Amino acid sequence: MGECPVCAAEIELAKDAMAGELIVCDDCGAELEIVGLNPVKLDEAPSAEEDWGQ
Amino acid sequence: MKIGLLHSLIRKEEKLLIEAFRNAGVEPIMIDDRKLILDFHSAPDIDILVERSINHSRALHALRLFESAGVPCVNSYHVSQICGDKLLTTAALKDRGIAQPECRVAFTEESALQAIEELGYPVVLKPAVGSWGRLLSKINDRDAAETVLEHKSVLGSYHHSIFYIQQYIDKKGRDIRSFVIGDECIAAIYRTSDHWITNTARGAQASKCEVTGEVAQISIAAAEAVGGGIVAVDLFESDDGLLVNEVNYTMEFRNSIDTTGVDIPAVVANYVINQVKRG
Repeated sequence: MGECPVCAAEIELAKDAMAGELIVCDDCGAELEIVGLNPVKLDEAPSAEEDWGQ
Repeated sequence: MKIGLLHSLIRKEEKLLIEAFRNAGVEPIMIDDRKLILDFHSAPDIDILVERSINHSRALHALRLFESAGVPCVNSYHVSQICGDKLLTTAALKDRGIAQPECRVAFTEESALQAIEELGYPVVLKPAVGSWGRLLSKINDRDAAETVLEHKSVLGSYHHSIFYIQQYIDKKGRDIRSFVIGDECIAAIYRTSDHWITNTARGAQASKCEVTGEVAQISIAAAEAVGGGIVAVDLFESDDGLLVNEVNYTMEFRNSIDTTGVDIPAVVANYVINQVKRG
């Protein structure tokens, strides 16, 4: 269980969650990055940069 | 078998690929580009690198150095270099005689305006490096052309003063995205939108597109033109037949698996594993 750094909602991670993964807070819609699993730590995901893409 | 997966943020696509590799009996070695230090001589101990960075510039430079250290990469540095730059993509397609919209490149506001007028309105101005339909400008008349060119010159970095100007194609509300892996076009979708930009990242809806002979032929030719590997090809349906718009080298496919019924990550994983087996 982690806490949304934006709205402080409790967020339960999926069993296969991994560090670096992008998730969305169901409460506030913020895009978050899982930066740690043990203990769970969530940060706001970095903003899209100019060369991001596919 | 040691398969490295170069990533930064892990999107849905990377998770699907990890699962696909696991299903094939391989645990991928995750390599976060944010923690990577490269010394021009060595690289992590892997048999192949699968490039999935979200940053084009990191991917480009990392691939160059992994290949220097003797690690084969999918996609290769060459493919990332060509596909990451629309100007180079257009040149590569032109070299193979592959149908594409008319394009012009200019380096100053004045010459760009002249090129736009010669090409005829409307035109689409695109950053040479960029994705997800961002910073595209459909320019319908001279007033808009002068405004956008001035804004790009004054507000943009030098990168935005390389003016890549493409003929506007009336694609009737949709384009086609096809997926090419190796020498096979495995699936395709239509991307439909009320907006002239039909990227799914901009809200376009995905639906299944049959891989006809024409779609497969031009998609595979486009993939070969940029160096092959694993790419997604964007096609316009024009009155003169299919035209290649862009070729993407770190393709996103989350919306295309259920839509097409093709397990795209599984095909990617098998392709990579076979590349290692072939040596």
